[in-house]
Amino acid sequence: MDKKYGVYICTGCGIGDTLDMEDLVDVPDEEGINCTTHPFLCSKEGVELIQKDVDDEKVNAMAICACSRRVNFDVFNFNGCIIERVNLREGVVWPHSRETYPKLEEDQKDDEEHFDPIQMKAEDYIKMGMIRIQKVNLPEPYKTESFSKKILVLGGGVTGMSAALDAAKVGFEVTIVEKQDKLGGYAANMRSQMPVAEPFEELRAPVVNDLIAEVESFSNIDVKTATEVARIAGQPGEFTVTFKKPGEKIPFDVPFPLPEEMLVDENGKELNVEDAHAKYLEYNEGREDILQLDPDGELYGAVILAAGWRPAKIEGEEYAHLGIGLSDVVTNDEFEKIAAKGKIIRPSDGKEAKDVVFIQSPGKDEDDADFEYCGSVTSQVALKQARYVREDYSDGKAYIIYQHMKTPGLQEYFYKSMQQEDGVFMTKGAVTQVAQQGNGLAVTATNTLLGENLAIKADMVVVAGGMVPVTADDPVINLAYRQGPGFRDNDIFGQYADSNYICFPYETQRTGIYAAGAVRRAMTIEESMEDATGAALKAIQCIESANRGMSVHPRSGDMTYPDFFFQRCTQCKRCTVECPFGALDDDEKGTPTANPTRCRRCGTCMGACPERIISFADYTIDSIGSQVKAVGVPSEDDYDEPPFRFLALICENDAFPALDMVGMNRIDYSPNVRFIPIRCLGSFNVIWIKDALAQGMDGVILIGCKHGDDYQCHFMKGSELAEIRVKKIGDALSSLALEEERVAFAEVAIDEYDKLPGIINAFVEEVEDLGPNPFKGF
Amino acid sequence: MTTDNSAPKSSSLMVVGGGISGLTTALEAAEVGYEVFLVEKEASLGGRVSQLKHYFPKLCPPTCGLEINYRRLKDNKNIKVFTMSEVQNVTGTAGDYTVTVKTSPRYVNENCTACGDCTKVCDTEISNDFNFGMDRKKAAYLPHNMAFPMRYVMDPAMSTDDRDKVKEACKYDAIDFDMEEKTIDLKVGAVVWNTGWTPYDATKIDNLGFGRYQNIVTNMMLERMASLNGPSEGKIVRPSDDKAPETIAFAQCAGSRDENHLPYCSYICCMASLKHATYLRSQYPDAKIYIYYIDLRTPGRKYENFYANLKKDENIFFVKGKVAEVSEEPGSGNINLVAEDTITGEKVRQTVDMLVLATGMQPTCAIDKPNADLNYNADGFIVNDFKKGGMFAAGCANKPADVVTSNQNATGMALKAIQTLVRRG
Repeated sequence: MDKKYGVYICTGCGIGDTLDMEDLVDVPDEEGINCTTHPFLCSKEGVELIQKDVDDEKVNAMAICACSRRVNFDVFNFNGCIIERVNLREGVVWPHSRETYPKLEEDQKDDEEHFDPIQMKAEDYIKMGMIRIQKVNLPEPYKTESFSKKILVLGGGVTGMSAALDAAKVGFEVTIVEKQDKLGGYAANMRSQMPVAEPFEELRAPVVNDLIAEVESFSNIDVKTATEVARIAGQPGEFTVTFKKPGEKIPFDVPFPLPEEMLVDENGKELNVEDAHAKYLEYNEGREDILQLDPDGELYGAVILAAGWRPAKIEGEEYAHLGIGLSDVVTNDEFEKIAAKGKIIRPSDGKEAKDVVFIQSPGKDEDDADFEYCGSVTSQVALKQARYVREDYSDGKAYIIYQHMKTPGLQEYFYKSMQQEDGVFMTKGAVTQVAQQGNGLAVTATNTLLGENLAIKADMVVVAGGMVPVTADDPVINLAYRQGPGFRDNDIFGQYADSNYICFPYETQRTGIYAAGAVRRAMTIEESMEDATGAALKAIQCIESANRGMSVHPRSGDMTYPDFFFQRCTQCKRCTVECPFGALDDDEKGTPTANPTRCRRCGTCMGACPERIISFADYTIDSIGSQVKAVGVPSEDDYDEPPFRFLALICENDAFPALDMVGMNRIDYSPNVRFIPIRCLGSFNVIWIKDALAQGMDGVILIGCKHGDDYQCHFMKGSELAEIRVKKIGDALSSLALEEERVAFAEVAIDEYDKLPGIINAFVEEVEDLGPNPFKGF
Repeated sequence: MTTDNSAPKSSSLMVVGGGISGLTTALEAAEVGYEVFLVEKEASLGGRVSQLKHYFPKLCPPTCGLEINYRRLKDNKNIKVFTMSEVQNVTGTAGDYTVTVKTSPRYVNENCTACGDCTKVCDTEISNDFNFGMDRKKAAYLPHNMAFPMRYVMDPAMSTDDRDKVKEACKYDAIDFDMEEKTIDLKVGAVVWNTGWTPYDATKIDNLGFGRYQNIVTNMMLERMASLNGPSEGKIVRPSDDKAPETIAFAQCAGSRDENHLPYCSYICCMASLKHATYLRSQYPDAKIYIYYIDLRTPGRKYENFYANLKKDENIFFVKGKVAEVSEEPGSGNINLVAEDTITGEKVRQTVDMLVLATGMQPTCAIDKPNADLNYNADGFIVNDFKKGGMFAAGCANKPADVVTSNQNATGMALKAIQTLVRRG
């Protein structure tokens, strides 16, 4: 693109009143760039003025110096143009007023004593905007070599079948892979399902047979039973999938990365690349490397993980008081299987089980939690199974002993209907013991609603085991990714393949793979089916976005992607290791392969790369580095006491909006800080800090999202990785005789605009106490 | 980002309600490639969650997700947003609806730069509904500081004097009191109702004294008090005397699980009160917090863990029992409450500085029924009929739910709507 530059400065909203416009216009003028001012740039006339320049081919790369880029996004939108929004309003004149920073008198100008910090900030921002439009380019969308719109569904239970049907109904081809030799999953073995509609009184026949019939009626759904996924290689739009028979060992079984303890030699020294690779091959003997594509593999666009759950094993000392070794003490899963076969009978002697106690919480009187992995499902299952007892025996009695009856939302109506049922007794209580007594069982409980201590004689006892996600035992998705075959960080979700996000429940660290149903949370059949529909939408959306060369959430629509200058790659693997989405795979030498449709465009690889060979069309090491270098750093040559200069690299997702809010609320903070919003703190490269300090800036602060188990980073790991990089930079600073305190890291949430000025000012003061950067002026 | 989002099919869909669930349905459908009309009755998108300080269980600000969604919206030309707008009427059948949308005048046009000069000169004050009337705001206002679109509103209650003043103050000719109500007919193939929920009217729960005693507040009022952009700049204080509360009680199921009010469970109130305990604890390290409950419903591992952590706090007391009576202690403004401890069977009498009613959710569509061919259950939630298709309810228009579940559901309903469009094509 042959760039034609232009700068447009709005003088409205206090900009013209606060700033010296003549001096401001001089900034682009000195560079020979055409500059236009307008009193109301976002007005129809203002926009038309710019549009005319565009139409006349006078400009196609412009810096619009007005309000924050978070507003008037639709107004300043000129097709085919590079647009930089220079934030003079929320960033300069709103937080910093002339009451606090009076205009210079004529005789104060150029007296080498006085300076105007607001004007300086505005001029720097314009320079930074001008250099950015020189350094960036418009993106060209990425196209995969081959492309498939087929959707792969792992799991043929109600979740998987529902997802397949919902995708098939909009014309997508779907394959369901089921390990068992028939469709249906757990629900196929149930006697009845909970009521899901008004009046929530009657149990219903399992929906699973209807689903199977419907699946079979769709010609665009292919069902592979008695099949597993050996590996999924590639990226959204072109996943190459290898299937196999369950239990079979084949060359395209997915290899596993070396466990950390195997990456070091006997002396604890890290293995070199060759040795590590040799060890990796040995560890995965008989398995092809991840980069070896299966020539017989099938191509898919996106994947839905609906592999479900297994019943929890209730065993061990902590449950001994529940009589778990006794043959008539069963789990809810075992009870369901008995009930599905016919009348409920005791496992010990086949006698009718008329008096059944359901135990929801194992913690005696010390803990009111349910068994692990229960959610609210097991409360509802107990109600359902109590109904079985009543269905089978007119004189049957079911006792449910719970700590908290969990029937949230409209399921409360089912609870209400069971409260009316003769022969069903429910109480809050702590079960203290289950013991064999003669031919039956004796259950004792304390702190119940029916009096302090309760003793019940029962034929059978049912304990409410939870629903363990299958991902607790096995990665299941078997991704041929260098970072490993499973979802990452499932340990913070108790091994559920769940999302960390409340707002974005389908977002995980693996693009194009969407989990649904009980694999991500204990869910009822109805909840699982609903979840399946959402996952199907996300799979379709990912395929459509990849096909257009666009990113999916959270940078939806972004057409940039990482580009590597491989000649300078030193095979250090930092990019592969740090990518939160496992988007990169390195080969045996350590050279990364980018998988652009796996990529979420956060730029973490760009930040991680010590050789600075990774860039995006509109976001590069040089584009930010040049902005840093465009900041004017006054020295003693300019002023007797030159002002300090600080750089703030700030997360554009949360911290930057918070900073806008500071401006909107007209809260002042040090005007000596220059802020550069970046895609994610994970994309910050330490070279920018070095650039800043080398040119005499006094300190650099990074401001990003909260990290830890409840991370708020939209790219999962960005802010955490940034903090690690900042901590490591300390040594480099001391080798330059610079204090570590000159580089700081701060976390701020988007709503903490009240804290942000304090964070900035505290950092500024701390560095001012250290004195100016000794490199200033060199 | 300029992008070609050409839809694979020609039909469009409408999403009614611009809260978190409506935004989700609209964005998820638009990012597949469909044209979406998003209709919101308030002046800003964001809905109920924009009134919250934090989400449970992460204790993260809802504005964080809203900001990302607004950015997705800005980058997507497939979505057309109508604020201050309501659906008046839906006619037609699945795949072929005509929706009449009425837009109330904002009295502010697109010239508005959100500079705020109008607010400075306006003297008329109106009750601030965003803060449940706990404070007043100027009749020239920005809905809140994370409003989207970032554009002011002139309330019709503004005095004639003030109208002149704000017009005079606006340098950008953005204020126009001649604006009139507008209606427009839109052709769409499917409609998704994400009309959300309204806090149950606590004045209807006669025995719990709301409206009679100042120091009885609702959970949503507490949420606003705790919020930095709320009536007390984030400080939770007693309404009667701005005193820091030392003892606070929560009455769970205030109106919910109650045949006289809302017979169902409102899903979120247990977790909301546990979250509120964290707000209180962060401001008042020694405050004593009593939670009166029937069952604590903390479904799922994340919520269980949240509850388990709070149980470690020795000054949070969980009492199984429903608050039955309240009265005001003469002189102090303290609240006397009577509850039955269902474990011991004893009556508990307690005096607290402040009582929070954990009021539940009522579907907004039960209070303000859409003029469309929809099925409702007895509580006014819209029942989905997937066989019929065409119109769907998502989020809390369909059932009581937390944000995660609402968003799962809202994502799925985007696909159900698309199925209607494709079937037609």
